[in-house]
Amino acid sequence: MDLFEYQGKQYFARYGIPVSPGDAADTVEDAVAIAERIGYPVVVKAQVQVGGRGKAGGIKLADDAESVRLHADNILGMDIKGHVVRRLWIERASDIEEEYYASFTLDRSKKLHLGMLSAEGGVEIEAVPDDKIAKVWVDPTVGLTEARTRDWVAAANLNPRAVEGVVSILQKLYTCYIEGDATLAEINPLILRPDGSVHALDAKVSLDDAAFYRHEEVWGDFQGLEPIDEREREATEKDLQYVGLGGTVGIIANGAGLAMSTVDIVTQVGGAAANFLDIGGGANADRMADALTVINNDPSVKAIFINIFGGITRGDEIANGIVQAMQRVELKAPLVVRLDGTNAAEGHAILDANQSDLLIKQPDMLSAARKAVEIAAGG
Amino acid sequence: MAIWLTKDSKVVVQGLTGSQGRFYGLRNRDYGTNIVAGVNPKKAGEDVEGIPIYATVRDAVEQAGADVSFVIVPARFAADATLEAAAAGVKLVITVTEHIPAHDQARMYNTLKHEYPDVRLIGPNCAGILSPGQANVGFTPTEVAMAGPVGVVSRSGTLAYQALYELTAQGIGQSTCVGIGGDPVPGTSFIDTLAAFEKDPETKAIVLIGEIGGTAEEEAAEFIADNVKKPVVAYIAGVTAPPGKKMGHAGAIVTRGKGTAKAKMDALTAAGVKVAQNPTEIGGLVAESLA
Repeated sequence: MDLFEYQGKQYFARYGIPVSPGDAADTVEDAVAIAERIGYPVVVKAQVQVGGRGKAGGIKLADDAESVRLHADNILGMDIKGHVVRRLWIERASDIEEEYYASFTLDRSKKLHLGMLSAEGGVEIEAVPDDKIAKVWVDPTVGLTEARTRDWVAAANLNPRAVEGVVSILQKLYTCYIEGDATLAEINPLILRPDGSVHALDAKVSLDDAAFYRHEEVWGDFQGLEPIDEREREATEKDLQYVGLGGTVGIIANGAGLAMSTVDIVTQVGGAAANFLDIGGGANADRMADALTVINNDPSVKAIFINIFGGITRGDEIANGIVQAMQRVELKAPLVVRLDGTNAAEGHAILDANQSDLLIKQPDMLSAARKAVEIAAGG
Repeated sequence: MAIWLTKDSKVVVQGLTGSQGRFYGLRNRDYGTNIVAGVNPKKAGEDVEGIPIYATVRDAVEQAGADVSFVIVPARFAADATLEAAAAGVKLVITVTEHIPAHDQARMYNTLKHEYPDVRLIGPNCAGILSPGQANVGFTPTEVAMAGPVGVVSRSGTLAYQALYELTAQGIGQSTCVGIGGDPVPGTSFIDTLAAFEKDPETKAIVLIGEIGGTAEEEAAEFIADNVKKPVVAYIAGVTAPPGKKMGHAGAIVTRGKGTAKAKMDALTAAGVKVAQNPTEIGGLVAESLA
């Protein structure tokens, strides 16, 4: 789960990382009320999970109620790279002397946590030359000591006035990253103010969905605010792994790898997938029927490609699910089915006993992909 | 010959008394795997279809001679269960459990590295390991496999099954199929598995199945160029995956331009690996390599 800036700042605050006073607003009136309460000048910031908000006009400084009203009105509803702004974060404006970058993430290659610190903040970290980034690799069984943090900060050559504040924030950020089960905890920019204090001016936090059970109370509040694809929402409710794509061939496969491969092969033979959908290992008839319902509700789908290789998943269960779904919902697009692996023969027998014009079997993945693409193209 | 798991392996199932553990434990036993024990502190002294249950993995090691553990327990217990197996003296731990938090995975990996350096962890979030004709631990459907000269290593379960199927359809058998899993911190890497297949005298060719996310395939390519003489055929899933989206597996995500299928395919091709454009091509490319 990726947090919005305001959620990230609330999360930071739980771990003692200094952030500006502020609040979230969904309406112009709320924005003005918050600004009046925290005092001017304020910054009005679009809450979208995409970079380049500032350039797109989604971050504005306001000195009085009138300009808060103007900017809030402009920014709410604004489309920033396909993300519609539904919420604003209003915070007290900060005087900035210098901008730094700090983050923790997992280095999958070294299998250690990676801390990055740079004196060149406020820009995407990818744009910062590698020799300007001080890195520290942390073994989770050892942790990040204060002495190591100091060495790390020294390597980043920050303004000496910032050192104490940055050491303190990095220690807290590591705690937030570890105890908070984040897969990314990033502050960009981390600012030095004229009074010498150091402060998180932005927050980018990704939480590990697998750790939800440890944080239900806090993370529960973060859920449901992300403006996800309507199809994705429906699939998530049914506990299906779904990613919306832009094409016309609906995809249902078992296993993430096979589902990805199915999307690829549809593209290879000249089509475009409408979605990625993994019904998971051990899927039964109900799950198959759920998956078909989700895909069938997508108006852009012109053909549905069901690609199953039974391992944990049994072919007869899949076939029963297809038959049940065909009885339960009125299919808007034909099904192209490829079924191999565990109990495939039983599955084929079930499908053969329930023949329909909307049910087309194919012997392998490639021919099934071609057939689905041909149908989607109106052939 | 097979790598790591053979007909002589004695397997303890942590989770045998749960519904999933029972289903796969018994299925694996039916295939001929020597399942010697299950573990459940509350059910010690009982049995599951004749397989004795012990209170701890240590008891299973000492009393039943277990040297391999199959961990199939819920995610919140899986890291501890894996470490318990290592502490008990098991040398191969196969953890199939999905959704272990990433930080737990990192802690588990580094604890094993420091405290139990001779223990091999396969997984988590993997299909397990199958040595056709000898033993199977995990989910892999054995119907599509047969014994022979090809080593298979894959992050994805279903794509490994698909590869076994394509190979078997060509009349080409497999030495061992290793599912290293789809999580961000796998205990066993492509490189570990490639090195074992390279050393195994009966493995004549290797199939590597990767997917988007991380740089394990690029690292494997580098290793292959320097260390692997046997022919390698690869397939990478996720060519068309949108960036920033988790494609089912926790580890299958293109982050900030890193971990794309194209970068992996390019690296493997540069290392002399034949890269299949779709899973069906794997069988033919391996047949050519062995010809």
